[in-house]
Amino acid sequence: MSHATIVTPTPEGGFQPHTVAHHFKTAEQEFQAAKFAFWLFLVTEVMLFGGLFAAYIYYHGFYPKSFQAGGSLLDWRLGALNTMFLLTSSWTMANGVRCSQLSRRKEMVVWLWWTVVLAGGFMVVKYFEYSGKFHHGIFPFTQVWHPEGHYGEVLAGVAFPKLFFNIYFTMTGIHGLHVLVGMIAIGWLIWRGGQGRFHSGWYIPVDLIGLYWHVVDLIWIFLFPLLYLVP
Amino acid sequence: MTTHAPAHEIPTVEGRREPDYLRVTKGFMSWVTTLDHKRIGLMYLFGVTLAFIVGGIFAMLLRAHLWNPGPDGQMFSPQDYNQLFTLHGAFMVFAFIIPAIPGSIANFALPLLIGAPDVALPKLNLASFYLWLFGTVLLSYSAITNGLDTGWTFYTPWSLKSQTAVLSAGLGVFVIGFSSIFTGLNFLVTMHKMRARGMGWFQMPLFCWAIYASSVLQVLATPVLGITVALLAFEHIYHIGVFDPAEGGDPVLFQHFFWFYSHPAVYIMILPGMGIISEVVSTHSRRPLFGYKLLAFSSIAIAVISFLVWGHHMYTSGQSEFAMQAFSFLTVLVAIPTAIKMWSWVATIWGGSIALTAPMLYAIAFLVIFTIGGLTGVYLAALAIDIHLHDTYFVVAHFHAVMMGSTAIAFFAGVHHWWPKMFGRMYNEKLASIAAIVILTGFMVTFLPQFEMGSQGMPRRYATYSEQWVGYHRASTVGAMILGAGFALMVGYLLHSLIAGRKAKPNEWGGVTLDWKCPTPPNLYNFDDEPIAGKLYDYGPTLKR
Ligand SMILES: [Cu+2]
Repeated sequence: MSHATIVTPTPEGGFQPHTVAHHFKTAEQEFQAAKFAFWLFLVTEVMLFGGLFAAYIYYHGFYPKSFQAGGSLLDWRLGALNTMFLLTSSWTMANGVRCSQLSRRKEMVVWLWWTVVLAGGFMVVKYFEYSGKFHHGIFPFTQVWHPEGHYGEVLAGVAFPKLFFNIYFTMTGIHGLHVLVGMIAIGWLIWRGGQGRFHSGWYIPVDLIGLYWHVVDLIWIFLFPLLYLVP
Repeated sequence: MTTHAPAHEIPTVEGRREPDYLRVTKGFMSWVTTLDHKRIGLMYLFGVTLAFIVGGIFAMLLRAHLWNPGPDGQMFSPQDYNQLFTLHGAFMVFAFIIPAIPGSIANFALPLLIGAPDVALPKLNLASFYLWLFGTVLLSYSAITNGLDTGWTFYTPWSLKSQTAVLSAGLGVFVIGFSSIFTGLNFLVTMHKMRARGMGWFQMPLFCWAIYASSVLQVLATPVLGITVALLAFEHIYHIGVFDPAEGGDPVLFQHFFWFYSHPAVYIMILPGMGIISEVVSTHSRRPLFGYKLLAFSSIAIAVISFLVWGHHMYTSGQSEFAMQAFSFLTVLVAIPTAIKMWSWVATIWGGSIALTAPMLYAIAFLVIFTIGGLTGVYLAALAIDIHLHDTYFVVAHFHAVMMGSTAIAFFAGVHHWWPKMFGRMYNEKLASIAAIVILTGFMVTFLPQFEMGSQGMPRRYATYSEQWVGYHRASTVGAMILGAGFALMVGYLLHSLIAGRKAKPNEWGGVTLDWKCPTPPNLYNFDDEPIAGKLYDYGPTLKR
């Protein structure tokens, strides 16, 4: 059983044609399969973070005072700034996806660049937050633990304050890793998009990486209040 | 994969329109870089069989160790014994049972059963295989270097203190987990988007429904295993405190996490086996499956309930009484969809035109052993009885009845059922029947004494035991050797059939599902013409006795 080679319609303007993979009957089938597969992948991401959220809630129940003290040492203004960065980047990403569907190559690349810049802003803020903690003697993932000054006072006398910070670093660290992967993926979109690979006849990668980006954003929307505000 | 040449350019091979998938390309590279679901399935079949042999050797060694009650006159030191049962469990669970049926049988047969030219994501399919391979290599590396003595469950705090290769083994499990996620994801997309024209959800063969249910579990539960193993590694290397009581962590949380995955995981293991049994009993008794929709929905029901029962592994770990009663109740609920399946299979065979072929014999062995495994599961679900039976050989025997006696035997039923389709050759049916009977006997001799010992209080995982159980342990050891002989015989005649087996008929069993309507062995893209699904399990006018 073999199908004739299917090439999706390619608009004018230096775009590259897309050939449907051999085992699909139609371009629509290929699109639907890719989209459904990616949604399932996003479900696995949510389950993975779900485990971390469960650990957070579990230990919050064990040591509410430690979580309160630890959370009060995180700067909610920086967290809020990062929330703004990611929310805005979700909007620029959505615009990029829309432009790819309408075969507006240049505009798409510009929107994607904005997304990368905002994601970079998020990472820079995260860098300052992390190094601020190191500066005060809070080192994640080490046996070194000597909170200094104000930090020492707040954390004195609460049970296992290290646990809160390790959970904080694990959750934001894995999330930050996802932001980084997203930046690389969007960088790839910019590169291939500039070559005219994505257009109204084929924009699956832009669409899917866009979905991924929204999920990364969404996870942060949960992380921010849990870590910075709830305690 | 090469582009597909138009049919008229291909020379006719033995009356075929196209060369079969085994011969369409040649050479080592054509196999290791293949995107063909059937070749990937065969590579899995080869790989998981090797893992089964390794795990099986561990099993026979540990049974041999238990011939004498010890501590004198035993084969291994207690430390080595701990490693043996751990490696046996880790290899059998992660490298064999979880990937066995999805990786090999479903990879081969699922696209054929739904009339598709391939799975939806062939590259991801190959990636799954290599992830499995990498994970299994890591497990083997751990076994060869420092070994592993934590039990396959990696319970904390011991897994944090153990000097054995916890990290490399954990990484192996993590990687195999991703292989399993990708396999499940691929099958779900394939079933949603690639079904043949005319095949609605309820014209899908029941094997597909079973794979659907287990794939949902693979996609939803396995990521939790991933994060658990990652946290365990962080804890091990950096002492982050999540599982270590000295740092404020709670080992019970590890157990919650682990069983949140590993209870659904036992259904990842058994559901595909149930699917194979559905196809085999129908084809070999030439009757449409009794209660098709009940069988389909019972798979889904088992999958759903399986997410809510993990606490039954932790009756003695410290949970609230309410939680334990809820977990006990929910666990007993699983018996309902499971019993529906048993009755449906028996009702399918009843009054059918039964052919006692090798696949059918393996299926019958499954039905016998699964009844034992299922019913003893109800004992263990019952809170009060489980407190007595917890961590005894009763649990070991129950688990092996559903895993070894049911899943592994269903896997063999599937291998024998689709073997002629896979290779176009038939094995020696007489030897196959003998092997099936030997394996069924071996199972009973091995595990019935373990049920009895366990109910008398013999604890699991002990290197030594008291004199009163010498007879039971020796019977069990003899049984394990019988099992070993049965499996060796099976591997022998299957390999022999590849060289000297007679040529298989195009439709060896007279099957009526789509997998039997493509050439034997199938083409590269399976079917000559695009298949159109008709009435499912249509064997024509039923035979009256
Ligand atoms: Cu369980």
